[in-house]
Amino acid sequence: MRTWVRRGGLSTLVFLLPLLVIFGVFSWLPIVRAAVMSVQQTNLVTAPKFVGLENFQSVLADPLFWTAVRNTGVFALIALVFGYPIPLVVAVLMGEVRRFRGLLSAIAYLPVVVPPVVAVLMWKFFYDARPDGVFNTILGWVGLGPYRWLQSATTAMPSLVLEATWAAAGGTVIIYLAALIGVPAELYDAADVDGASIWQKIWHVTLPQLRGVLLVTLILQIIGTSQVFLEPFLFTGGGPANSTLTVLLLIYNYAFGSSLGGDYGAATALSLMLAVFLAALSAVYFWLTRSWSTS
Amino acid sequence: MRSIRKAATAVSAVLIAAGLLAACSTSPGQPDAGGKTAITVVSLKPGSEQSAFDAFENQVKQFEAANPDIDVTSQEYEWTGPTFTAQLAGGTLPTVFTVPFTDGKSLIERGQLADLSQYVRAFGYADKFNPTVLRSGQSADGGIFGVPTAAYGVGLHYNRTLFKQAGLDPDKPPATWDEVRSYAKQIAERTGQAGYAQMTQENTGGWMLTSLTYALGGRMQVANGDKVEATIDNPGAREALTRLREMRWQDNSMGSNFLYDWGSINQEFAAGRIGMIMAGSDIYESLVQQNNIKPADYGLAVLPLAPGGSAGLLGGGTLAAVNVKASPKQQAAAAKWIDFYYMSKFLKQDAAVLDAKTLSESKQPVGLPKLPIFDKATLDQYNQWIKPYVNVPLSQMRSFNEGIFDQELAGEPTAHTQEMYAVLDTVVQAVLTDPGANIDQLLSTADSDVQAILDRG
Repeated sequence: MRTWVRRGGLSTLVFLLPLLVIFGVFSWLPIVRAAVMSVQQTNLVTAPKFVGLENFQSVLADPLFWTAVRNTGVFALIALVFGYPIPLVVAVLMGEVRRFRGLLSAIAYLPVVVPPVVAVLMWKFFYDARPDGVFNTILGWVGLGPYRWLQSATTAMPSLVLEATWAAAGGTVIIYLAALIGVPAELYDAADVDGASIWQKIWHVTLPQLRGVLLVTLILQIIGTSQVFLEPFLFTGGGPANSTLTVLLLIYNYAFGSSLGGDYGAATALSLMLAVFLAALSAVYFWLTRSWSTS
Repeated sequence: MRSIRKAATAVSAVLIAAGLLAACSTSPGQPDAGGKTAITVVSLKPGSEQSAFDAFENQVKQFEAANPDIDVTSQEYEWTGPTFTAQLAGGTLPTVFTVPFTDGKSLIERGQLADLSQYVRAFGYADKFNPTVLRSGQSADGGIFGVPTAAYGVGLHYNRTLFKQAGLDPDKPPATWDEVRSYAKQIAERTGQAGYAQMTQENTGGWMLTSLTYALGGRMQVANGDKVEATIDNPGAREALTRLREMRWQDNSMGSNFLYDWGSINQEFAAGRIGMIMAGSDIYESLVQQNNIKPADYGLAVLPLAPGGSAGLLGGGTLAAVNVKASPKQQAAAAKWIDFYYMSKFLKQDAAVLDAKTLSESKQPVGLPKLPIFDKATLDQYNQWIKPYVNVPLSQMRSFNEGIFDQELAGEPTAHTQEMYAVLDTVVQAVLTDPGANIDQLLSTADSDVQAILDRG
């Protein structure tokens, strides 16, 4: 004990303490509270009642639950198919450019700097479904549209993905650009000597060298899109007719949808289910891809 | 080196301890600071004009001058379902706040409102209320927990300028739903703006569908002994949705936005992009304070009611309530504030004149059409008192003012109202965004979904 103190154990602890307290109070405690609340019936005013797994059962029996799961899956899928490759393509192209790279990175990163709520409100204006809305006017020049964007159950979700991809791509581009710098130039030189085309160089040198980063950004994207809330909340409120109701929006509605004290039990139960699902998905993902990993 | 580390350890230990102590010692409000009773009261909606807040603060000063032992702090407030829930659960509601009629009963049953019976009786007007209006703020045994401060009926608000541009007479608003449809079509064709638009989001879609259903003779709930039955699948609702579908898909007279809530539809309406909307008769104040509407644009008509005995006008209103967690002294002070700010103007000439004068000096709307919370004679008397200060274009609201007292008022559905409205939002959105929406199926699904909510109790 004396030696622990003399070696600075005490001051280590003291310096660690603020962090522990902040994390404990603002991160871990709410997680534990949520787990407890998921087996209770509570309106946070009167005394909570233990109800076992009833909240989980009522969530699973709610027809909106499956709507929300399906919508979230669709969002994640469209975001994956279109949103995932775009930053990579942009980064590889930018990596080829020798001049103005700083300026280009700044432009690519700009959407990330725009506050998300401002971005959504701006896009809501662009998505105006009138023929003289911004996007409809632009598309009209080439003879397309007018489209209904957010005002139709079929186009609302893709519209949300478009904005979300625009908003998030910049961050990923910067990560890829940093990773591209780490690819040894000798590999490209060797490929040149072997007479490789630019596509062969990308396919056989760039992508394999980036695979560690690609694996991480992929799972981060899946986790991120599974928790999409801001776009449906601000663009459509889950509409039209629940076509953009996502799991997180449903959680929010459980908790705050009724003005008379929400169903916090169902809200926390669904949150917990989502957390467990994403944790399991990540574990399986890393286990399946362990042989490709660079670390 | 070692001493530096020791000193640093000591300093950080002290800082942390101080921080923790400070965090623990913050107590929620100090009710009796400096011998005065401190209360917080809701003021105006966020985003209201500065002059509106100035008028409010003047009224606070008048109240504090008359009650030197009470200290009033105001807080911006707009009742919305989600924010109210969060404030209620988090215990951060002010001492005095307002809730819609529909929430009164449940909040009282759950013990979340303070009992104001003794104060309201002492003010002397407990027996003067219109009994139907007062009931929404009463417990089962007749105790008064919420004081009705305003009542509204749904009206048809229209843009006179768009009417003129479309070749319609702005002094002859539509009197039937067929006319609403043909006027909307004419406005859309001749001005390019939406002829008619409807709220669809944040439970307002259900609220307005219910209003339209009432106007066409339907009802959404029926009390059957202790049980409440959902009657959403009714001919009135079917006609309401069919009419909306015709305006949307045959006439294309409803514009291009079908995701409106209360705030956003007001904004579009005030900006002159919508010809007609259905909304509570009291929105003009907010259109002025928040959306800067041009008074010359505005017109208010009674909602057309279908002929036949069963059609009714959906009405509701606002209750002023007091936080149950407030101390008895605060509750008494809060009741005095409710009496001063919301009530006494309706019953005492000097209070009515002072209120109207203060508002008109700050260029706030005075003289809007109101529905009686006491009886009609009391309201007429009040309107006489404030006549010199009226600054709203009353002649543009004549249809409403003259017609409203002939209409059969029907209260909002009482059981799980907001949850039912949430289900109905989806129905309205489906009809307005999907040309192939099956109205019969939507209604029967909504009916069983709402019945499930009602059965849960």
